[in-house]
Amino acid sequence: MNAIVKVENVGMVFETKKGRFVALKDVNLQIRSGEVVSLIGHSGCGKSTLLNLIAGLTLPTSGVMLCSGREIAGPGPERAVVFQNHSLLPWLSCFENVYLAVERVFGAKEGKARLKERTAAALEMVHMTHAAQKMPHEISGGMKQRIGIARAFAMEPKILLMDEPFGALDALTRASLQDELIGVMEKTGATVVMVTHDVDEAVLLSDRVVMMTNGPAATIGEILEVKLDKPRDRLALAHDPHFAECRGAILEFLYQKQMKKAA
Amino acid sequence: MNTATLTSALGAIVPEAAPAHPASAARCEATPAKESDMASSTPTQTAAPAPTAEPGTPFGERAGQFFRAVIPPCLGFAFVIGLWALVAMSSADFPGPAKTFDAAVTLFSDPFYRNGPNDQGIGWNILSSLKRVAVGFGVAALVGIPMGFIIGRFAFMNSMLEPIISILRPVSPLAWLPIGLMVFKAADPASTWTIFICSIWPMILNTAQGVQRVPQDYLNVARVLNLSEFKIITKILLPSVLPYMLTGIRLSIGTAWLVIVAAEMLTGGVGIGFWVWDEWNNLKVEHIIIAIFVIGIVGLLLEQLLLLIARRFSYGTN
Ligand SMILES: Nc1ncnc2c1ncn2[C@@H]1O[C@H](COP(=O)(O)OP(=O)(O)OP(=O)(O)O)[C@@H](O)[C@H]1O
Ligand SMILES: [Mg+2]
Repeated sequence: MNAIVKVENVGMVFETKKGRFVALKDVNLQIRSGEVVSLIGHSGCGKSTLLNLIAGLTLPTSGVMLCSGREIAGPGPERAVVFQNHSLLPWLSCFENVYLAVERVFGAKEGKARLKERTAAALEMVHMTHAAQKMPHEISGGMKQRIGIARAFAMEPKILLMDEPFGALDALTRASLQDELIGVMEKTGATVVMVTHDVDEAVLLSDRVVMMTNGPAATIGEILEVKLDKPRDRLALAHDPHFAECRGAILEFLYQKQMKKAA
Repeated sequence: MNTATLTSALGAIVPEAAPAHPASAARCEATPAKESDMASSTPTQTAAPAPTAEPGTPFGERAGQFFRAVIPPCLGFAFVIGLWALVAMSSADFPGPAKTFDAAVTLFSDPFYRNGPNDQGIGWNILSSLKRVAVGFGVAALVGIPMGFIIGRFAFMNSMLEPIISILRPVSPLAWLPIGLMVFKAADPASTWTIFICSIWPMILNTAQGVQRVPQDYLNVARVLNLSEFKIITKILLPSVLPYMLTGIRLSIGTAWLVIVAAEMLTGGVGIGFWVWDEWNNLKVEHIIIAIFVIGIVGLLLEQLLLLIARRFSYGTN
């Protein structure tokens, strides 16, 4: 098995004003190349913390994180991140936002014309060519998120990390972006790690669903393999028995084994 | 003497115009937001008169709109002028609106004459005051903005310089005038020096605030893309600090225009402040009233100019 990301006995402790807070403890996870993995769990369990560790935005307090056999010492363009709040730079047009990333990754080897082609292709992939020259505040939330995804894919990263990429969107927009993402992942064969709150989304998009226990000292509770053929079609899956089985397993984990007491 | 009371009164106004350090947090934060509000409200404002041009709009409605926009300000001016005329009638020395208006007409019919160093047209006086403000202010920007960046970026520099700035900032810039006179041995650079002093604090503090408030999200983008330091400065820091910087610039130009009048009263020479004092010595009170209006209008224009620039550089809320 060729694991592109290895998380070994990783723990994360935050020093807070009230003392040490153990967010993650003994997390072990291997992610294969080309695989789509979702992280699911109750709010505050540490999903973002784990994703930020893989991104290298924060460093673990114990354990080892490897990417392609090398220790993760900081963020880098081979691990692109789609942020929950899109994080487009408001003073750059959509095109320029994507171009900034493309230029950084390929600028040393390729000419301007080629970089522009790449940018245009990335925008085309998320069907945003028409908005290329618009400023981020001129487009809707769903469109911004698509630009954010285009920016990440345009970097041709080894791994794409997404923290609740559709969390702030309404159900209809969410569904159409999920379909779009399925298409893009199919085309690029990308390795994806995605945080989500949504059980259906996790089953629909991923090869494996990683379920996390409640914090503090959260860890991985169960890992579910989703053995559904790809590309997947949301309408066909609605009546698929394996889909229902996966869904049931996740719901059972979240609402029976990890039942969260009302705060 | 009159000068003394005037200066101390100014001293009380100046610190209020410049942001107080801890309290400025809210203020500095609010100001760029306000500007972007204004920017976003501009289209609606410009859109509003559009229906006026439509042929379908009844004349009565158009007239109503016009009167609603014009009548209240006119009433305000009429009220003040009326009050002024009443006060002037009951006083022997105080010139009324009519006399002042006549004086203004003669004054502005020849604004650019020169009869020796102490008798020049009002145009020259305004221009020399503006020149001092421009120079003092420009140097303050050259020094203050980079310093703001350094203070905002490096916590060490922040804790090193913050106490010094906190002590110096509330001092009326006129207190620095004698030092300027001593160092430069001339009146003209000394008043420019006071402008420099009063302009530099808002510039440093607002720029530093802006640098400290660059959203973490944008910095994370920079980290994930692994941008070069040059790209971080040009693509992320400068654009996101710019609105704060412009707020600092606007605050300081307002203060600078307040201070120049007082500084020139003390130093003499050519300038609107000196002119006011000179006309007081000549007992031409109507000229003093004209000067008050002129100073107010120039200050308003400066402020509007900077607002215009700030609007140009504010990005829509994201
Ligand atoms: N920088 C930090 N300092 C202190 N505590 C932190 C920090 N970041 C996260 N935590 C704590 O770690 C825990 C996990 O946070 P995390 O953001 O990873 O949760 P999450 O699973 O992503 O939640 P959500 O689904 O609501 O986004 C929380 O209890 C949080 O309070
Ligand atoms: Mg989270």
